[in-house]
Amino acid sequence: MVVGEQKPLEEILEMIEPYDRLILAGCKGCVAVCAAGGEREVRFLASAIKTARKAQGREIEIREVTLERQCDPEYVEQIRPFVGQYQAILSLACGVGVQFMAEHYRQIPALPGLNTTFVGGAERQGVWVERCQCCGQCVLHLTGGICPITRCSKSLLNGPCGGSSNGRCEIDPEVPCGWQLILDRLKELGQLERYLEIIPPKDWSLSRDGGPRKVQREDLMR
Amino acid sequence: MKEGFKSNSRLERILKAGHFAVTGECGPPRGADPEAIRKKGELLKGCVDAVNVTDCQTAVVRMSSLSSCLILKEMGFDPILQMVTRDRNRIAIQSDILGAAALGINNILCLTGDHQKAGDHPQAKNVFDIDSIQMVAAVKAMRDEGKFMNGEELTVRPRLFIGAAENPFADPFEIRHLRLAKKVKAGADFIQTQCIFNVKRFKEWMKRVVDMGLHEKVFILAGITPLKSVGMARYMKNMVPGMDVPDEVIERLKGVPKEKQGEEGVRIAIETIQELKEVEGVHGVHIMAIEWEEKVREIVEGAGLFPRPEI
Amino acid sequence: MRLECPPNVKVIRVPCSGRVESFHLLKAFESGVDGVFVAGCLEGECHFLIGNLQAKRRVNYVKGVLKAIGINPERLQMYNLSAAMGSRFAEICWEMTEKVKRLGPNPVKTGRGKEV
Repeated sequence: MVVGEQKPLEEILEMIEPYDRLILAGCKGCVAVCAAGGEREVRFLASAIKTARKAQGREIEIREVTLERQCDPEYVEQIRPFVGQYQAILSLACGVGVQFMAEHYRQIPALPGLNTTFVGGAERQGVWVERCQCCGQCVLHLTGGICPITRCSKSLLNGPCGGSSNGRCEIDPEVPCGWQLILDRLKELGQLERYLEIIPPKDWSLSRDGGPRKVQREDLMR
Repeated sequence: MKEGFKSNSRLERILKAGHFAVTGECGPPRGADPEAIRKKGELLKGCVDAVNVTDCQTAVVRMSSLSSCLILKEMGFDPILQMVTRDRNRIAIQSDILGAAALGINNILCLTGDHQKAGDHPQAKNVFDIDSIQMVAAVKAMRDEGKFMNGEELTVRPRLFIGAAENPFADPFEIRHLRLAKKVKAGADFIQTQCIFNVKRFKEWMKRVVDMGLHEKVFILAGITPLKSVGMARYMKNMVPGMDVPDEVIERLKGVPKEKQGEEGVRIAIETIQELKEVEGVHGVHIMAIEWEEKVREIVEGAGLFPRPEI
Repeated sequence: MRLECPPNVKVIRVPCSGRVESFHLLKAFESGVDGVFVAGCLEGECHFLIGNLQAKRRVNYVKGVLKAIGINPERLQMYNLSAAMGSRFAEICWEMTEKVKRLGPNPVKTGRGKEV
C-alpha cells in the first residue's frame, strides 16, 4: 500500500487558515489501511480543526466525506454536486489523491493533509515499513525476494558495502543491512552462488529518473 | 607507456617490479586552500609510491579530489584519485574519468562512498546510480575497450590503473572474499583494504583470498592507520561501522601514559606492517594517517620500507 | 459509603478504559467540556489485559493533539484505580475540578485563542 502520515496539525491549521468552508476528503484505499486518511481519521481531524477554530473564536464549516478511492476519476467526481459551496479541499489521500482533486476541481485549491511517505506494508499493528521504490524494473528474482534498491540505503546491486556491521546498516543500527538480508535469504534458498554474478548497472530510465511514467493497457482502454 | 603496462602509474610499475608498495593518503581541506594540500604533500614526500586523495570522505564537503590530485601531481606525486558513486551519476563519473586521465592522473580508486546521513549535509539527495563494482567495470571498459557504459566508442582511452577497496572486517565475513572476487572479475588492478587492527581476522580473510587465487590476479595493499590515543581507538571501534579494533589494542594503548599513546600507536602500526609483510598475497601497505601525516615517514622507516625504490 | 463528588463531574461509563477512543476524548473538548479524565484499572490488572495501557497511549496522543490546537493538555488526564477505591475516585474528581477551575473555561467556549 501507499503509506502516508498525517502532517503536523500546526501545519494543517496554517494551510487552511484563509478558509472558513472546507471539504475534508478521506480515502478508503491505502491511507485508510495505514490509519492516516480513512473515515476515522477524517472524523478525528475534522473535530480537531473545529475545536481549534472555535477556540480562536472563528468557526469553520467542514464537509466530511470519505471516498472509495481518490485515485479514480469516478470516485473523485462524487463530490462535484457540492464542491462549489466550499473554498478548499483538504485531502487526506496520498499525493495522488490530492492531485486528482486538483485536476478535477480547478476553481478551489486542493491541500495535502498527509505526507505521502512510501510504498510498504504493516510490519505489525501500528508499524509500517518501506518495501518498494517503484523502480520500474523489478530485480527481486535475483536477490532472494528482498529489494536491494529499497532495503540497501545505497541501493547497491552488488552489496554489501563496507559499512555492514552485525547485520546492521551504517546509517543507523536500527536499520537492518539489506544485503545481509539478501545473503541470508539466498543461503536459505541454496542460491548463494548467485552472489558471484555481477549485477550490471540498472536502467534507471524506467524509474522516476526517466520522467513521469505511464502504464497503458490497450485491451482495457475505451 | 611501457609495454605490458596498463597505465603510466608509478604504483603499477612498483607493484609489477615486485616491490612491496607503500601508498599514503591525503584528505583535502574544508576550504579553498592549496597550501593545506602542499603541506600534507611535503610530509609524505619520498615516503610513498603513490598517494590517495579522498573524495569527500565520511560524506563531509571538502576540496574536490581531482583538484587536490593535481596539486599533488605538480609536487611530483603519483596521485590516486578516489571517486565515490554517492555524488555522481554515470554521466559525471565517466566525464570526470576522462578529465582526470587528460590531466595526467594515472590511478583511480572506485568507491561507493559513505552514506550522507552521517556526513555534514544529511539533507542532500544521494545518487548511487551505479555501485563501486559497476564503476570498476566501467573504467575498465573505457580503458581496455574504449567504450562508454552505453557501449558507444570513445576517442582517446583513459589509461588508468584501477583500484577498489575491500573491508575484511565488515559483515557478513563469509562473503567478504567473494566480494573481492567480484571486484577482481569487474577489472580491479589493485585493492586497498580498510584499516587493519585485527590482524588475525585479516589473515583469515587473506587465506580465503589466496585459496581462491585472487592474490595472483590483483595487488592487495593492506590498510594501516596509526592510532593517536585510546580515545581514537575507542571512537573507531564504537562509532565507525565496519571497523574492528580488538580490545587488546585498546588495552595496549591504555597501558602507557596518555602522552606516550601516540608513540605506542605508531609502534603498533610498524609491528602490524612487519607482520603483514610476511602474509602471502599482501603486496604492499596503504597508510592512512588521518590528520597525522607527519608520522608516515617514521612508520615507513620503522617498517624498513624507506627509502622507496626509484623506478 | 457515601462520598461527596463535585456536581460538575459527569461520569460516562464504559466497559473498559480501552473502549475509550481518541475521538471520544477530542469530541468532548470540541463540545466545550473543560476537562476530561480517564479512570482505568490499575496497571497490570486490566480484565482485558491491555485496555488501560491502550487508554494511556490514547490519552497521551490526544494530549499532543490538544497542545497542537492550542488547548492546555493538562485538561486531559489518565488515572489508574481499582473499583474498590471509591474515595480515591472522589478525590480525583475534586483534584480535576480544582485544576480545571485554575485553568479557566475551555477556550472553545470563549473563543479567546490559544491557551498554550
